[in-house]
Amino acid sequence: MLAETNFTAAFPVAEPVVRLRDFTRSFGANTVIDGLNLSIAPGEFVALLGRSGGGKTTLLRTLAGLDSVGGQDVRIPTSRAVVFQDSRLLPWKKVWRNVALGLKGPGVRERAEAALNEVGLGHRIDAWPLTLSGGEAQRVALARALVREPKLLLLDEPFAALDALTRIKMHALVLELWRVHRPAILMVTHDVDEAVALADRILVLDAGRIVAEEHITVQRGERGDVGRVLRQRLLGHLGCEVTSEHVVSAVDVGASIVPFPQGASA
Amino acid sequence: MPQSTQLHRRLASLFSGHWVSPVVFLILWEAGSRLGLIPKSTLAAPSAVIGTLVEMLTTGELPDNLWVSFLRVAAGLVIGLSIGIALALAAGLSRQGEAAIDPIMQIKRTIPTLALTPLFIVWFGIGETPKVALIAFASIFPVYLNLYSGIRGVDVRLIEGARSFGLSKAEVIWHVILPGALPSLLVGLRYSLSVSILVLVVAEQINASAGLGYLVNNARDFMRTDIIVVCLLVYAALGLGADGLVRLIERRALAWRPSLAEG
Ligand SMILES: Nc1ncnc2c1ncn2[C@@H]1O[C@H](COP(=O)(O)OP(=O)(O)O)[C@@H](O)[C@H]1O
Ligand SMILES: [Mg+2]
Repeated sequence: MLAETNFTAAFPVAEPVVRLRDFTRSFGANTVIDGLNLSIAPGEFVALLGRSGGGKTTLLRTLAGLDSVGGQDVRIPTSRAVVFQDSRLLPWKKVWRNVALGLKGPGVRERAEAALNEVGLGHRIDAWPLTLSGGEAQRVALARALVREPKLLLLDEPFAALDALTRIKMHALVLELWRVHRPAILMVTHDVDEAVALADRILVLDAGRIVAEEHITVQRGERGDVGRVLRQRLLGHLGCEVTSEHVVSAVDVGASIVPFPQGASA
Repeated sequence: MPQSTQLHRRLASLFSGHWVSPVVFLILWEAGSRLGLIPKSTLAAPSAVIGTLVEMLTTGELPDNLWVSFLRVAAGLVIGLSIGIALALAAGLSRQGEAAIDPIMQIKRTIPTLALTPLFIVWFGIGETPKVALIAFASIFPVYLNLYSGIRGVDVRLIEGARSFGLSKAEVIWHVILPGALPSLLVGLRYSLSVSILVLVVAEQINASAGLGYLVNNARDFMRTDIIVVCLLVYAALGLGADGLVRLIERRALAWRPSLAEG
């Protein structure tokens, strides 16, 4: 009911916004993504888990169109936006100009203002980015991504650097923005709980392959019990069932994963 | 009681100010001159220097020659800064440009500009050209080196972030790379300005018939130490003025910096 483990299951409904077939990416002899298949449906919220160095960022960069794909079968929408772990705001542009970066046509400031209002930062429209707090900067980065009305929103560990309380607020904000704008989202995270709380589908990437895929059909906010089971399974996929030394190293360091019972594995 | 301690404190702070030692120095200098300990031919008294300054201002001798020198520096700077900025942009923004330009600039950097003076005289004679050329040549390097490394030092993550929003190469250069390199450009500008004044001093020793250097040379021949000191003051003022100018530009252009940014 809560999950089917079918690696190639394409989302049935509409034409996917993202489709990768047998995608491979290597740096020299180091094959980082290895024959990966991936489809993302319009409006779908996908979380991507995996250990550090597993190729998550490499995959995301490909979907962002930042790396050349060398003629492989990669389909990504033209309207896409990225939010990185660091906000990457240009410090020499006021907040609204950062949001409006690259936008053309009339009413650019109004559009930026509307997006900033959506993330609750309308009052900081003329602020310099370096005067923002970490959470505010990430909200501006979200506004900058959403003002483009992307079909695909890519989030690379966007909340990893934020404190726990701010992160929870950001989760609510992302969900709300997702409900209003309905982009397909691929969110890279090392936080299993974050993935369980937010996503429709969770992928686990390891050694360049998707080693697990979980669909969640239970409504957000009602995922308590289901989430607990899922979490154990995901941690198992991430290799956390091994010895106690591996527990820390298996997932990215600094993860907000609450200590879990040893040996309890999928 | 509290009033007198306050007075004490105020007096104490008055006498610990930075102006105290220069003033004491000036008083000793003046006293030494008046008592005949410092002969006029060695160094004129401060009061004499001020008198000469006023006189040179009223006769127009100082403004006229200062204007000549100013034009030399300005011409040299315009040429040197333009070349330096153009080369830095070419080397910083393209790989071919870097390969073509940077090695030569690094080699040139090792040659002290002033050592080229004889060569420039051979090439350009003893008129205005070698003076302006020397200033131009010297002011290329600071601005080139700083702007080039500034462009190369722009955070690649910011460039990537901008690219991820579909900005073209030209837009990335305009919105990200150039503003990101601006602080370095201003550092280079400051060095170029002070180097240009330094070179001006030497360049004007080449057979000048007007300008600050000419005044100094003439004064030397007539042992007019008062005029020499006036010219030294003017050089110092030029240096301060150049520095203040760059500071002013920085305050306006780098308003986003944390130390300056407010609200
Ligand atoms: N530009 C690059 N050049 C060489 N190796 C790279 C490059 N980018 C990433 N890698 C390598 O690819 C692997 C996966 O990196 P990454 O995608 O950043 O992992 P993750 O985001 O999952 O932590 C790592 O071993 C990393 O060293
Ligand atoms: Mg990463």
